[in-house]
Amino acid sequence: MIVRVQAEDFDTGAELADFAADRQDVGAVVSFTGVVRDSDAMLDRMEIEHYPGMTERALTDIAATAMSRWELADALVIHRHGALRPGERIMMVATAAAHRRAAFEAADFLMDYLKSRAPFWKKEVTRAGENWVAAKDDDEAALGRW
Amino acid sequence: MTLDILYFAWVRERIGEPRERLETSAKTVAGLVEELRAREPRYAAAFADLSALRVALDQELADFDAPLDGVREVAFFPPMTGG
Repeated sequence: MIVRVQAEDFDTGAELADFAADRQDVGAVVSFTGVVRDSDAMLDRMEIEHYPGMTERALTDIAATAMSRWELADALVIHRHGALRPGERIMMVATAAAHRRAAFEAADFLMDYLKSRAPFWKKEVTRAGENWVAAKDDDEAALGRW
Repeated sequence: MTLDILYFAWVRERIGEPRERLETSAKTVAGLVEELRAREPRYAAAFADLSALRVALDQELADFDAPLDGVREVAFFPPMTGG
């Protein structure tokens, strides 16, 4: 299980090439990468704040839950903090399992929990001003799926 | 009892500092919130609507009626927006 919280960028390709590379029993690797979106060309940057210590703990708990629920061979979570420009990678998750269904479901689960249960907060700094991104009811409701 | 209190995101901005150390006799999170609210208007503003806030005790999510026995670190923040 790999959990990293960092300011630096990461190389999605290199991470996936290394992920579960030594496991012969893996038949499926699923990954998701989150990118800073600027839908209306107003965003200067996204500032991501986190709670050092609790963040690592929460991500490790979430990944451990996914590992046990889906019998994963491995799970990876990388999440950045600090100021990120449109188009920059924010985070990625990857899951490795014998078969694809478990890998897809576990990756979906990781994302749902990471959205609402990992202590990160996003502030959008736009040409019109700045505002904290509000949590969506949909994101909270999504936890009910699991 | 001495507590480290941490604030994040707009709670931190409203209160004007990221953390502070506090001597309190509050028994629960709700009691601590009452104490903080009474201190200064900036605290009253930050804690005006508890439904907009979350709390963690020693880095684990908790409820506002949770006891503070043995707790060292209390953090207040808005609902999380990771991913």
